[in-house]
Amino acid sequence: MAPTPESKKYNPRLHVGLLEERVTNVSSTDFPGHYPDEDHSWDLTKFKKRLQVKIQKLSARSIEFDLVGVDASIANALRRILIAEVPTIAIEYVYVWNNTSVMVDEVFSHRLGMIPLNVDPALLEMKENSSDQATDRNTIVFKLQIECTRNNSAPRDSTDSAVLYINSEVLAAHLQWVPQGEQAEVFAARPPAPTIPEIVLIKLRPGQAIEMEMHAVKGLGKEHAKFSPVATASYRLLPHIILDDANPVPSHLADRFRDCFSPRVINVDPRTKKVSVDKRGVRGETMSREVLRHPDLAKFVKLARVRDHFIFNVESEGPYEPQRLPLEAIRVMREKISVLKSAAEALRALGDPEGDIQMADT
Amino acid sequence: MNQQGPPNSAAPAPLLPPPRQEMEYLCADCGAKNEIKPREPIRCRECGHRIMYKKRTKRMVQFEAR
Repeated sequence: MAPTPESKKYNPRLHVGLLEERVTNVSSTDFPGHYPDEDHSWDLTKFKKRLQVKIQKLSARSIEFDLVGVDASIANALRRILIAEVPTIAIEYVYVWNNTSVMVDEVFSHRLGMIPLNVDPALLEMKENSSDQATDRNTIVFKLQIECTRNNSAPRDSTDSAVLYINSEVLAAHLQWVPQGEQAEVFAARPPAPTIPEIVLIKLRPGQAIEMEMHAVKGLGKEHAKFSPVATASYRLLPHIILDDANPVPSHLADRFRDCFSPRVINVDPRTKKVSVDKRGVRGETMSREVLRHPDLAKFVKLARVRDHFIFNVESEGPYEPQRLPLEAIRVMREKISVLKSAAEALRALGDPEGDIQMADT
Repeated sequence: MNQQGPPNSAAPAPLLPPPRQEMEYLCADCGAKNEIKPREPIRCRECGHRIMYKKRTKRMVQFEAR
């Protein structure tokens, strides 16, 4: 989207400029009243035309997608909702009967809370109050009952604790789900378990035992980070490297020019030594601004970023497939907007007894 | 934080305390079970160590995973 014809050159309306030691034109200016005689009022058709979402990379645990044509406030809201307001399930209450391990109950409980679980949050209700009764609709029960013993069949000369002892490590896979009520049917397709079975929770030695029960509930990341569905959720602006066609990089400087940027960002034609920006590779530019340190190279280039092109990088940890995360975030955002909208409408219906506030359409 | 009361409620506690039985302690050095009696030196029967640990409660303890 970035290299639209008008954006070939540096345009302070579209780009954030990068100089040696500062950035320029950081804020967007496309709001009503900023430019005289121009209509920048929000318009759905105009917005639809510019808006673009495109998945660039997708793996089992992460997604990279472009969100083009929105204001930074929207992109940031999406990021913050991903981190803090998309619900997930995590262990919240731990009931300990026995723990003779070297880790104290409090610390071990905290570790248990951090385990990402594969439970689809749509299948569970949120507890409104922490004092609410635990039911099969809002709580998932896990049990951990494990004891470390000596392995009598271990070879004499072995020094490996995994061979010498049985259950020398408590793994996330040792958590046993205990179906409650209707849960056996509801969760039949994907039985609740940690997403990563090989997390080491604690190490045991012979004679040490752990017996506990855990209750997992639905929660939000703003309550505690263990409820956050993402490992990272961040965005950056698309780098934009502007070469001047009228003033090209001379062929004897081409290789040095290329080496000032991240790998695969600048293409140098092997024959003609003509320098060009790789359309795909420019996304990986780290914007080190190395080129600006060389006065002989800096005059051929201008560095910028596209202000409304957000490259999101989201790593999913927990039940959501990465491609589902942005959709869930948008669903949460729309819920919030509808709450705000109904509140605003209620305010209007109330009328203004003082006749104080007047929003005139001009 | 350590509220009592199991989630799957156990039998109600008897009103009268159960008949006093000998408390068992664990040796800090060798881990052997020991009894401590009045007017007797506190000393492990197995290894002679003089530090004892009280056993963990059999009751359930609740924690928040935070």
